[in-house]
Amino acid sequence: MLLPVIGILIGLLIGMYFPFSIPVEHAKLLSVALLAALDSVFGGLRATMEEKFDNTIFVTGFFTNALLAAGLAYIGDRLGIDLYYVALLAFGLRIFQNLAIIRRYFLKK
Amino acid sequence: MFAVKQGQIALALVCVVLGVMVAVQFRTTQDIRSTVPFQRVEDLSQRLSQTEKERDALQQQVKELSQSSHSEATSKEQELVKMGAGVVALQGQGILVSIDDSKRASKPGENPNLYLIHDDDILKVINELWAAGAEAMSINEQRLIASSEIRCAGPTLSVNNTRYSPPYEIRAIGDPQTLENSLRMRGGVVETLQFWGIQVTIRKQDMVTVPAYKGTFRFEYATPVKGSGK
Repeated sequence: MLLPVIGILIGLLIGMYFPFSIPVEHAKLLSVALLAALDSVFGGLRATMEEKFDNTIFVTGFFTNALLAAGLAYIGDRLGIDLYYVALLAFGLRIFQNLAIIRRYFLKK
Repeated sequence: MFAVKQGQIALALVCVVLGVMVAVQFRTTQDIRSTVPFQRVEDLSQRLSQTEKERDALQQQVKELSQSSHSEATSKEQELVKMGAGVVALQGQGILVSIDDSKRASKPGENPNLYLIHDDDILKVINELWAAGAEAMSINEQRLIASSEIRCAGPTLSVNNTRYSPPYEIRAIGDPQTLENSLRMRGGVVETLQFWGIQVTIRKQDMVTVPAYKGTFRFEYATPVKGSGK
C-alpha cells in the first residue's frame, strides 16, 4: 500500500517541476484521461484486494482507458457531441463502484 | 506473495504517471484561472490609457480652437450664442434645489418605486423652472443644454450620458423668488413629491454658478440650411 502512495507523490513532484503544460483547449481531454487513469488505479487496487491482480491487464487497461477516454472526448469535440460527459459519467460510476468494493473488503477484514 | 509485490510495483509506476497527469492538469487549470482575467485587465487598461490620451489631445484642440476664435471675434452676439448653447459657465442669482429619495419605508404591498426619484420627477422640476424663466440650469455639475437627456438608468439618473445617484442638486439661474414660487405652488411639483416623502429642499442664493457643458457637439445627420440665417 505504501508503494503506490510514494509513486503518486513522486509523480506530483515531477509534474510540478516539469516544464510541460498542455494548451488550454486540450485541458478537457486530459481531465477525461485523468479520470480514466484514476478509475484504472482504483480497479487495480480492487483487483489486488481480491487477489486476482494481473499485471498485463492492469497496465494495458490503464493506458487504453486513458487514451480511449481522451480520444472519445476529442472526437466528440470535433463532431459537436458531448462525448466528454459520457466518459465522465462512465468512469465516475466505475470509480464509485470500485471504491465501494474496496471499502467492503476492508470492512470484512 | 510475489505476484502481489509485482502488482504493487506496477501500481506504483502507474501512480507516478497518474501523479504527473494530476499535477499538469492542476497547473493548467490554475493557468486558465489566472491568465484569462489578467489578459483582459491588461487589454482594458491599455485601451483606457489610449482613450485618455485621445481625450487629452481633443481637449487641447478644443482649447486652442476656442482661444483662436476668441481672439478673432469677440462680438457680443457670439457671447450670447455661447451662453445659450451652454458652453460657458454662468453665474448669477438663483436657487439650489436638492432632491433625495424618501426616507420613509414603503408599506407592505405598496410599490417601493413610489418612494424613489424617477426621471419624470426631475423632468417636472426642470420643466417648471424653465417655465418660470430660468436662464441656465445644471444637474449635479451637468449643464442642461438643448440636447441633454434626463432618464433613468437602472437605479441612477443619466444626464448628458453621465450617471448620478441621489441626492440630485439642481442649480438654476433666474429670479430666485419666481423660481421658488413656481416649485412651491399649491398642488405643484414639490407638494406632489413631498406626499411620497421625497425630500426636496429649495435654497435661494445670491450667487449660483452653473458649470459649462463639457461634452462635444457632433452632428452626423444635420447640416445647416443655406440662406436661412438671421
